Amino acid sequence: MNSAIRTDNLTFAYKDQPVLDGVSLSVEKGEMVGILGPNGSGKTTLLKIFSAVLTGRGEVKLNGRNIQTYGKRELSRLSAMVPQESQILFPYTVAEIVLMGRSSYHSPLAFEGEGDLDVARASMELTDCLSFADRYLHELSGGEKQRVIIARALTQEPQILLLDEPSAFLDLKHQVQVFELMRWLNRERRLTIVAALHDLNLAALFFPRLVLLRDGRIYRDGTPKEVLTEETIEEIYGIKVRVEQDTSNQKPQIFVRPSGL
Amino acid sequence: MKVLDRRKMLAVNGVLLVLLTLSVLSCTLLGPVRLDLWQALQNLSAVNPDAEILFRARLPRVLLGVAIGGGMAACGVVLQALLRNPLACPQMIGVSGGASLGGILGLIFFPYWLLPIAGELLGEISWVPLAAFIGALLSMVLIYRFSLFHGRLHPYHLLLSGVIFNSIIAAIIMFLNSIVDFYQAQGLLFWLMGSLSTRAYLTVGFIWAYIVFGFLWLWTKGLSLNLITLGEEAAMQLGVETGSLQRQIFVASSLMIGAMVSVSGMIGFVGLMIPHVMRLIVGSDHRLLLPASFLAGGIFLCWADTLARILLAPAELPVGIITAFFGGPFFLFLLYREGRKLPV
Repeated sequence: MNSAIRTDNLTFAYKDQPVLDGVSLSVEKGEMVGILGPNGSGKTTLLKIFSAVLTGRGEVKLNGRNIQTYGKRELSRLSAMVPQESQILFPYTVAEIVLMGRSSYHSPLAFEGEGDLDVARASMELTDCLSFADRYLHELSGGEKQRVIIARALTQEPQILLLDEPSAFLDLKHQVQVFELMRWLNRERRLTIVAALHDLNLAALFFPRLVLLRDGRIYRDGTPKEVLTEETIEEIYGIKVRVEQDTSNQKPQIFVRPSGL
Repeated sequence: MKVLDRRKMLAVNGVLLVLLTLSVLSCTLLGPVRLDLWQALQNLSAVNPDAEILFRARLPRVLLGVAIGGGMAACGVVLQALLRNPLACPQMIGVSGGASLGGILGLIFFPYWLLPIAGELLGEISWVPLAAFIGALLSMVLIYRFSLFHGRLHPYHLLLSGVIFNSIIAAIIMFLNSIVDFYQAQGLLFWLMGSLSTRAYLTVGFIWAYIVFGFLWLWTKGLSLNLITLGEEAAMQLGVETGSLQRQIFVASSLMIGAMVSVSGMIGFVGLMIPHVMRLIVGSDHRLLLPASFLAGGIFLCWADTLARILLAPAELPVGIITAFFGGPFFLFLLYREGRKLPV
C-alpha cells in the first residue's frame, strides 16, 4: 500500500538557516492531517515541498513515486495547493481564476470545454462563490477571495489537497465553513488533506490526526487528545493554558490563561 | 458565468483585423502629396510618380509601423506578465539600450571603406540596424546571465538589471554624444528619437519575420502567461514549468525588441499603453489579450506615424511625440472611465 505522501528524513535550509530538520512523515490515502506549530516552525516550507515548489534534501514520495519524477502538469492533476495569500495584480474575474485550475487538463492552445466549465461550476457551488462568478477578484472581501482560491484548487480535481492556513483571513462563520468543507471533501470525495493550521481548537474539532512541528522537527504526532496537552502547549508556545474535553464530542479544547488575570 | 470562448476570440480579433486593414489602406493613401490609387495601379514602374510614392515610400513605411506597433504592444503584454509589473515596457529590459548603443557605434564608426566593395547592402540603411541588432543580442545574453540564479530567471533581478543596464548605456551614449563632432551628434540624436522612415522592403521583411515568429511563439504560451501573473509558485502548482516559460518569454521578446529598436529606434509608449488599454477593453486572458494588443498596437502606430508625416508637412515630427501626446490623454480618459476594473 502506497502512502499518499511519504518523506524520509527530509531537511531543508534557506542559506544555512535550517527550516526542516529530519522530518519523516507518512500520510495515508484518504487521511486528513493538520500541521500545527508556532510561526517559523516549518509548516509552510513542508507544504511547499509537498507541492514541489521547493526541493529539500531527503526523498519525498507522492503515491509511492519520487516527487522529482512528476512533470508539473501531471503533478497539478494529483495535488492542489491553497496558498496563504494570493496576490493578483491584473484584473481577472472569479470565473477566470477558477478556470485556471483546469489548465493542465486541456491543451495549452485550446479553450476550456463544457466538461471543464462543469467542474469549475461545481467547485464554485461547493465553496459558495458561483453567485459572484463574473465579478473581479480584487473587488471581493478577503473571505470571498479565499473561497475562490479553494474553488480553483478543487477545479484541479486533485487527490491530495494541501492548504496553508486556509482560514487565516476569515471571520468565524467562514472559518467553520472552510473546516466543514475540508471534512466533507475528505469523507465524501476521499481527498487526502494536509493543512497547516493555527487555530488549535478548530484543528482539534475537525482533524483526526495532528502533527506538531517545533524548529523543523516533528514534536508530536497523533490524535488531538494525544497532541494537545497542557504540557505540550506550554512547552511549544510558552503560554499557560487549560485543556478540557468538550462534553459533546470528547475533543480537547484549549482555554488560554493569560498571566495577571 | 462569462468565459472566453471561440466566438469572442473571433469577434474581437476579426473586428480589429478589419480596422487594421482599413488603417493600412487609408494611411498609405494619406500624406502631404495627394495620390490616386487608380493612377498608381495603372503603371507600376518607376516613371509613374503615384506608384513610386505609394509603393516605394509610403507602403513600406506603413507596413513597418504596423509591425513595430504590434510587436511593441505584444512585448509589453508579455513583459508585464513575466515581470508581474504593470509598469513594465519593452524599453525597460535593457535590450533596447544595447540596441541603441550598437546603432550609435554603427553610426560613428561607419565603414566608409567598405562601401565600394559591399555597395547597396552595407548602405547606411542596413549597416546601422545590423550594428544595433548585434548590440541587442549581446545585451540580451549579458542581462540573461545577470538575472539567472540557480537556473531560474528571477523577475526582480531581470527588471533591476535591465533598468541599471539601460542607465549605464545612457551614460555611455551621452559620453559619445559629447565627444563626436556636431554633425555626428545631430545624427545620433535623430536616430535615438526613433523613426519609421524606410524605403527598403528588405528591412520591412526582416522585421516582419522576427515579429511574426516571436509573436506566434509567445501566443502559444497564452495560457501559461495567465498563470505566471499569479506568481511563480502558484503557476508551478497549476502545472506550469515556470523556469522554461520565463526563459522562452525573455528570449522571444528580446529578439523582437532587438529587431524593432534596431530599425526604428526607441518608439515609446505603445508597449506600455496598448496592453493596459486592451486589458480594460477585452480582459486579462492572454490568449485574447496578446493578439488583440498586437492588432491594436499596429493600428495605433500606423495612425500615429501618419499624423507625424502630415501635421507639419513637408517637415516630419518624431513619431514618439504623437504617440505620447495623443495616446496619453486617451489613456487617462479610459483610466477614469474603466479604472474600477483595476486592482488597487
